[in-house]
Amino acid sequence: MAENYLPILVIFVLAAGFAFVSLIITHLVGPRVTNAVKMMPYESGVDQVGKTRIRFSIRFFLIALLFIIFDIEIVFLYPWAVVFKDFLSAGSFIFFEMVVFLAILAFGFIYVWRNGALEWE
Amino acid sequence: MDISQFFTSADLFGIAPEIILTVTALSVLTLEMLHVSRPGIILMVAALGLFLAGALAINTSGDEQILFGGMLVLNRFSVFFDFLYITIGLLTLIFSQGYLEKRGSASRGEYPALILFAIIGMMLMTRANDLVIVFLGLELLSLSLYILVGFLRHDQLSNESGLKYLLLGAFATGFFLFGAALTYGAAGTTNYNGIVTAITNNTILSDTYLFLGIGLLLIGFAFKVALVPFHMWSPDVYQGAPTTVTGFLCTAPKAAGFGALIILFNRAFVDIHYQWQDIFWILSAMTMTIGNISALIQHNVKRMLAFSSVSHAGFLIMGILVLNETSISAVLFYLVVYSVVNLGAFAIVSAAEQEERGLNLKDYRGLAAQHPWLSAAMTIFMLSLAGFPPTAGFVAKFGLFSAAVSQGYIGLVIIAVLNTLISIYYYLRLVVNMYMQKEESTLILSYKMLAIVFVGLIAIMMIILGITPGYLLEIVTEAASTVA
Repeated sequence: MAENYLPILVIFVLAAGFAFVSLIITHLVGPRVTNAVKMMPYESGVDQVGKTRIRFSIRFFLIALLFIIFDIEIVFLYPWAVVFKDFLSAGSFIFFEMVVFLAILAFGFIYVWRNGALEWE
Repeated sequence: MDISQFFTSADLFGIAPEIILTVTALSVLTLEMLHVSRPGIILMVAALGLFLAGALAINTSGDEQILFGGMLVLNRFSVFFDFLYITIGLLTLIFSQGYLEKRGSASRGEYPALILFAIIGMMLMTRANDLVIVFLGLELLSLSLYILVGFLRHDQLSNESGLKYLLLGAFATGFFLFGAALTYGAAGTTNYNGIVTAITNNTILSDTYLFLGIGLLLIGFAFKVALVPFHMWSPDVYQGAPTTVTGFLCTAPKAAGFGALIILFNRAFVDIHYQWQDIFWILSAMTMTIGNISALIQHNVKRMLAFSSVSHAGFLIMGILVLNETSISAVLFYLVVYSVVNLGAFAIVSAAEQEERGLNLKDYRGLAAQHPWLSAAMTIFMLSLAGFPPTAGFVAKFGLFSAAVSQGYIGLVIIAVLNTLISIYYYLRLVVNMYMQKEESTLILSYKMLAIVFVGLIAIMMIILGITPGYLLEIVTEAASTVA
């Protein structure tokens, strides 16, 4: 059983070995000419405009949170839609159950809206 | 297809208190949204919802009910806890009013709504018969508490403690969840009855998984109820949180944690509980000793009460170590007394708290001369926490210690008694500061009349319960008999 995997192991060792050996050899024998432009962080050929560690507005996080909530809504809606017809034969319960769920989510959305969390200024 | 194979209307009636509380919380938020957010109205609506939920919880207190295919179990034990949470919630709302006005956050409807959500979470925790439901309740509780702790947005301490609580709490949640996963891996189910069946039939996949699972679950709970090595968050969070939230934070979640722990070890791991007694013994001894010794050197009243609540968790874990009917009823009695007394004490602290002052023990010097009644109430609370005879605290401690002695844990009880002696020092230090210092107090207390009435009621109740504890003892014995 285990010997069946031997070729894979060989390929793995060869691949890893080739990568490491090439890295080490270029490091040892390659010429090294450094200048300011060459040492700059590379970003699509455009000169850098500032530090990457800038502060984001808290609103991005707020939008992200809201997004997750509605993402989850879809996650629940999808399987519900799949079984909807099967359950409908047993009454309209399945419909109103989802209405309650959506109403609570909609309430949260209205609450956020009314409290001005979506105002971008 | 038949809906009733998934759940019936009986299930919905069973969770009626939770549904009512959810609707109440949403209406409170709506009121705030519509800007009719006069604090009095919001308080009334929230209190009405809590009363209604309590009334519906009574209706279901007949025989044991199993809901949602074994997910929830309703019995006298869970009803007892439902009432405890509702009482704590009502008292917190009443005590919060003056404090929030003082801190300029009175009109925000999230406060009562979050407390209601926390209560729903706790109700689920003690009604749960499945690790998944416990987790759901625990998360609902924790998420509400994270926000409540950081509720004063413009207070740096409040923000700091909110973030601290969130980061450490999320970490502890990971432990709990991993424990539940390993238990599931070992037993093949997360249902308590299923776990018991798997253990008795010896169909456990791996004892190691089960052992690790129980251990991690225990760590998750230990964090939530602040047992020593997992208590490090509590003093900072208790100090930074709004004072009335601190009162809520050191009572309700502790009750829920211990309630869920009792059910877990009494229903799911009942046959292997004896293997864990050494761990509980060590946890108990460490928690009460380290909590007490740390409380000795605190100058901040909130920190002092925080460490005192850590040491009380140590006493309570004795009841889980013994885990018979006597000890469970003792834990329930202790929880009632401890919760109500702590809420009262924090209500007085929140009345005394001002911008820069009012939290240091020194600030309480000479308070008795100006506020004799409040000081008397505070004295009763401190004596009750210390466990002095005429108060209910004595009955609570006595019940717990005698339950432990009758099962032969003499060594632990000696440690507990020594700890009680140590604790008298820091509880009485506050009393000494209030009564026996000649200085003129410069504290200006701000409070609502309603809150003071309830503080007085609690103080009187503690004395009455200390003299005639029979009525409450009957209730807790009955509640304990349904799980033991």
